[in-house]
Amino acid sequence: MSEHDHDLHNVAPGEPHDTMLSETVSYVVGLGLALLLTGISFWVASTSSLWGPGVAVGLVVLAIAQMGVHLVFFLHITSGPDNTNNVLALAFGVLIVFLVMIGTIWIMAHMNTNMGPSPEMMNLMTQRG
Amino acid sequence: MSSNEATAIGFTHGGSEDTGLGHRGPESKSIVVPYGFWLFVLSDMILFSALFATYASLANATDGGPVTNQLFDRTNVAIETMALLISSFVCGLAMIAAKRRNMAWTQGWLALTALLGLVFLAIEIREFVGMIRIGAGPQRSAFLSAFFTLVGCHGAHVTAGLMWIGTMMAQLWAKGFQPHIVRRLLCLSVFWHALDIIWVAIFTIVYLIGTLP
Repeated sequence: MSEHDHDLHNVAPGEPHDTMLSETVSYVVGLGLALLLTGISFWVASTSSLWGPGVAVGLVVLAIAQMGVHLVFFLHITSGPDNTNNVLALAFGVLIVFLVMIGTIWIMAHMNTNMGPSPEMMNLMTQRG
Repeated sequence: MSSNEATAIGFTHGGSEDTGLGHRGPESKSIVVPYGFWLFVLSDMILFSALFATYASLANATDGGPVTNQLFDRTNVAIETMALLISSFVCGLAMIAAKRRNMAWTQGWLALTALLGLVFLAIEIREFVGMIRIGAGPQRSAFLSAFFTLVGCHGAHVTAGLMWIGTMMAQLWAKGFQPHIVRRLLCLSVFWHALDIIWVAIFTIVYLIGTLP
């Protein structure tokens, strides 16, 4: 019974794990990876040896990777069975975040191109000005 | 209510059929409270996603005023990023010490966390003041309104986090490692790590992409 219960156990997000060594190693590895990704981001942004139009996309990918590092090594969100509830909540949050951001940017960019002031409007504005 | 009655009216699942829910009752507070706080943090990220979407839509609406390349300084941003990242790391160390009920180390690491957060905030406020002084305040253009709302909202969160760290240090000092204090500490660390995650998005989208040649 108690063994069975252990399988279904939940952990809180951000809860450190068992031994002091493995906890510290987790944070140090996380810090190292985050520093590395931050360093690459700043390098990618300042170098001229990369293909210009791809740089912004590359930076976004690096940022998402770094957020993943923070989630795994600092907030201890894992794929283990004890973490299912945390992961599901996170997945729903990420879904909404992407819907809001991509939806807004997509729609607003189209409105910006397609709904500029018509020639008559421009004419009126120049007359008034 | 006896267990026979409970079985008869369907409150239990019976021995062989285990759905994985229910028969143990709700989780303990040490799980439920941080989980609820995790939901708050995720909703906070959704709030920030709306501000990011606003910023991305308005980043070019400068109304003839200053543009991103003229305003942002990468060195400043690099220092801010380091301060907040190391602060997040040190906050993790504080949690490790707190789990061992070590008062001196917990307080020490928390103080360092707050100090690094203060460094971050000081640089950010200096940047804001400098921008407003050269006429690039939030009322100058839609781009600057969106910028001050997004980055300022993050700054406000950091300020709230700093006050929370101070409160937790005092509570820890006065009450010791009682279960409810440890729960609050765990929530604080989740909050602080989440602020660093949002900062990663800000320094990439606002500062690095904004200062591309």
